[in-house]
Amino acid sequence: MITVSGISKSFKVAKRTSGVRSAVKALFRREYTEVEALNDISFSIAPGEIVGYIGPNGAGKSTTIKVMSGILVPDQGTCSIMGYTPWLDRVAYVKNIGVVFGQRSQLWWDVPVIDSFELLRDIYDVPEEEYRSNLKLLTETLDLEDIIRTPVRQLSLGQRMRCEIAASLLHSPSILFLDEPTIGLDAVSKIAVRKFITRINKEKGVTVILTTHDMNDIEALAHRILLIGKGKLLFDGNLNTLRDQYVEDSAASIPTIEEIIVRMYKEYQIT
Amino acid sequence: MRLFGKYLLILFKSQMQYRTSFWLLSFGQFFIPFSVFAGLYFMFERFGQIRGWDFYEVALVFSVIHMAFALSECFARGFDMFSSLVINGEFDRLLVRPRNTVLQVLGSKFEFTRIGRLLQSVLVLAWAVSQIHMDWTFAKIVTLILMIMSGVFIFTGIFILMATMCFWTIQGLEISSIFTDGGREMAQYPLNIYQKWVTRFFTYVIPFGCVNYLPLMYILDRTEGSPVLYMLSPLAGCVFIIPCLLLWRFGVRHYRSTGS
Repeated sequence: MITVSGISKSFKVAKRTSGVRSAVKALFRREYTEVEALNDISFSIAPGEIVGYIGPNGAGKSTTIKVMSGILVPDQGTCSIMGYTPWLDRVAYVKNIGVVFGQRSQLWWDVPVIDSFELLRDIYDVPEEEYRSNLKLLTETLDLEDIIRTPVRQLSLGQRMRCEIAASLLHSPSILFLDEPTIGLDAVSKIAVRKFITRINKEKGVTVILTTHDMNDIEALAHRILLIGKGKLLFDGNLNTLRDQYVEDSAASIPTIEEIIVRMYKEYQIT
Repeated sequence: MRLFGKYLLILFKSQMQYRTSFWLLSFGQFFIPFSVFAGLYFMFERFGQIRGWDFYEVALVFSVIHMAFALSECFARGFDMFSSLVINGEFDRLLVRPRNTVLQVLGSKFEFTRIGRLLQSVLVLAWAVSQIHMDWTFAKIVTLILMIMSGVFIFTGIFILMATMCFWTIQGLEISSIFTDGGREMAQYPLNIYQKWVTRFFTYVIPFGCVNYLPLMYILDRTEGSPVLYMLSPLAGCVFIIPCLLLWRFGVRHYRSTGS
């Protein structure tokens, strides 16, 4: 369903130095450094998988998501998702995906949530019947009944995140990209979000790709993880294999998933 | 187009959440051009005429330009405020929606408070029209409407042009004010009162001349030769938006390959 092969992407970043003098100098001449955000990334994902995409800050997780959702064009490599190349057939392709950026809202801030949903229905051209049944399912499973008529600015973060996820599923996408969906949520909301993700994956067969720093998310959701560091793909595999690999050499106590990840980061020298 | 209406509606609802601010800002928008207009009035009071144009004729041009400006600031505000869309990453969001970017940026913001400015220019227009002694034919009314439309297209074109710059600079450029506010200030007088090069710049580069000077000649029956060309000159102003849109598309492509 998703095949990414040999994706590379580098950014030109302006060198910044401290001090007023160099800031003034930078007004006229800037020096740039090339930063390799992604370096020869390849993987493929089958329909119905939940894949956890992890790595330290600045590893290239968001860049990968941006490439896969058609926002960015990579310098090299090919990517085929459901037969589309995301950055070439943007409009046709994005009808099939849902994207949640955990740190940014896609809802209209000052109006009730339901108004945002209705506008999204029109943007995605969702048939009325499909919209109704999706909305019903989403309000039930995400428990939105009481908050759907509240303006977004009055919602708590947890409530808002539930609405965000609902908003990205109104057009019944077959792939869902979640960029840090549980960031800043309390335990109750986190668990609600996780349960929901599992459920739509099971019931509707939605393929889910999520990035997160919360290893419990990974443990609860992802059967497969991709580890990226400094733009390179370092590990691609099953969570259990990973655990076995690290449990052996620490016989004293069974390490938590968090500890395993820290050890992996150290081993690959990406922290 | 239907979707544009929906965007309009949801943002209008949002605006209505802040009613006091809406009224105050609209009130302000009514009086800003009002003071400019008062200046215009007193100037004519003192000098009588400028290059053969009398007060009501200039008032007509003034109201057309301000009306066009108010309309474009209301409906194309998304482009005017585009830098914030890029800075906070909202533009990425627009790219993952299956609609064209121009429509989505237009739909990202409307400035309803410009109703104040619009109202003010409608009043001035009504006054000017009632005081100019001539016969209003159907063709002249069409020309007048074309003038306003053409003005909207030109201002919107400039907004798009400046928004496109954001793809390279990220930050909004105040330089756009030179052409929007500056253009507005210049174009509220018939263009032939200025130096030749100014007139040329605002006719061939940014075609404000097609909005005010040329069709005005037709409306006031001062044309020589075929009036059709004068009458249709506002359409040339509309064409201005085409290169702007092409440049916009180029900018979007650049953004997507640099991600800046």
